[in-house]
Amino acid sequence: MRVAVVDYGAGNLVSIDQALQRVGADVVIARDPAAIEDADALIVPGVGAARPAMRRLARSDLLDPIRTWLADDRPYLGICLGLQLLFDGSDEDGTDTLGVIEGRTIRLEDAPTLPHIGWNQVDRRRDHPLFDGIPDGADLYFVHSYAGTPRDAGVALATTRHGRQFVSAVARGRILGVQFHPERSGRDGLRLLANFVAIARAGSARTAIRPFGVTA
Amino acid sequence: MLRRRVIPCLDVADGRVVKGTRFVDLVDMGDPADLAERYAADGADEIVFLDITAAPERRRTLLDVVERTARRAFIPLTVGGGVRSVIDMRDVLRAGADKVSLNTAAVEEPNLIARCADRFGRQAVVVAIDLRRRPEADGWEVVIDGGRTATGLDGVAWAERAVELGAGELLVTSIDRDGTGGGYDVDALWAITSRVGVPVIASGGASGPDDLIRAIQDGGADAVLAAGMFHRGTHTIGSVKAAMAAAGLDIRRAA
Repeated sequence: MRVAVVDYGAGNLVSIDQALQRVGADVVIARDPAAIEDADALIVPGVGAARPAMRRLARSDLLDPIRTWLADDRPYLGICLGLQLLFDGSDEDGTDTLGVIEGRTIRLEDAPTLPHIGWNQVDRRRDHPLFDGIPDGADLYFVHSYAGTPRDAGVALATTRHGRQFVSAVARGRILGVQFHPERSGRDGLRLLANFVAIARAGSARTAIRPFGVTA
Repeated sequence: MLRRRVIPCLDVADGRVVKGTRFVDLVDMGDPADLAERYAADGADEIVFLDITAAPERRRTLLDVVERTARRAFIPLTVGGGVRSVIDMRDVLRAGADKVSLNTAAVEEPNLIARCADRFGRQAVVVAIDLRRRPEADGWEVVIDGGRTATGLDGVAWAERAVELGAGELLVTSIDRDGTGGGYDVDALWAITSRVGVPVIASGGASGPDDLIRAIQDGGADAVLAAGMFHRGTHTIGSVKAAMAAAGLDIRRAA
């Protein structure tokens, strides 16, 4: 199971690399299109603003392969900025982003402190295998000031409250995104990454292996 | 509800965790990666790693030790000491830090805060402020170089300026109290938390759970940092969190 983690020059990849190894994935740090092509699953991590991120992805020729990956509904996990990039655009600097999920990334409203830094409760809106084995309302680690607001409430997997409530996890097909940092969220975070790897594995084996007793 | 955080601090000198009073008389407390892993398992909400000899020795942070530590703890890691440029910050983040703390270099060149925040986002920029109470006047003075050099800067004014420039969090240490066990300087904390909108981490002087509780309830701190009481085993992360919960504070129950 090969997971490509996109490196576009911002932030810490050590913890995501270590966390994925811990859950049994082969990790490739992807800095060019070839590294993505061979992967079974794609993770786009990252912190910071959308404009420099989009620029750096474009400069590394990674933007088009990522768009194709998303258009093909292949397993994708966006973490923090990697989730925000899925939306149409960001109010942080007015940048147009990938536009895979309708809605914009906006500043957290009525927040008592910003950035929103620390462990906060993730309340589930619907069941999804990404959260298998993780208690509803688990505390996970956040570091951000902006969050995506999906137009279609159906894509929301979980919400969190800091000031006003915001969407802290989304799913549309096999395109997944979380606003918190699973790689820094202790045991529950590792569990979420293991679940993502399992979802990707099930998808890649879908045509080859059928559960016993199930007929087409 | 955003939880109040308990943060053990690893003061690192020559790759080893040390503890001393007012940054001197250092005693070896162990390997940073071992301690980080143990504290994470005990329910620590974050780890702060300060290379305390980097700034006075004018050298860069020990990146290999940072990476070894980052790989052992699946909780956030803030690294400070010896970060003097955007490139230094990039290297420390690459080594596995989630946030970088700027102290001496930010006082000497305040625009460093803005440049680091532009490049990596303000959430990754912690400004550490070491304070000394003014003996014959109101307020606190900022000190740098591990408490060795006075700056004449007013602590509260510098805190506000740092946030304007792009600090996403402040780590406020009372040098008078550090290592003494006399409790945090709650007045200094309140003077700052009542004026800034970013999270503030209290540091310097904690000897038990009552100090942590007071820093939050009376000082307005969002997080509390302590070192000696955890290294020496007088208190565990679990025991202080239980006391904080009993005092009605919102804390994370370790998974």
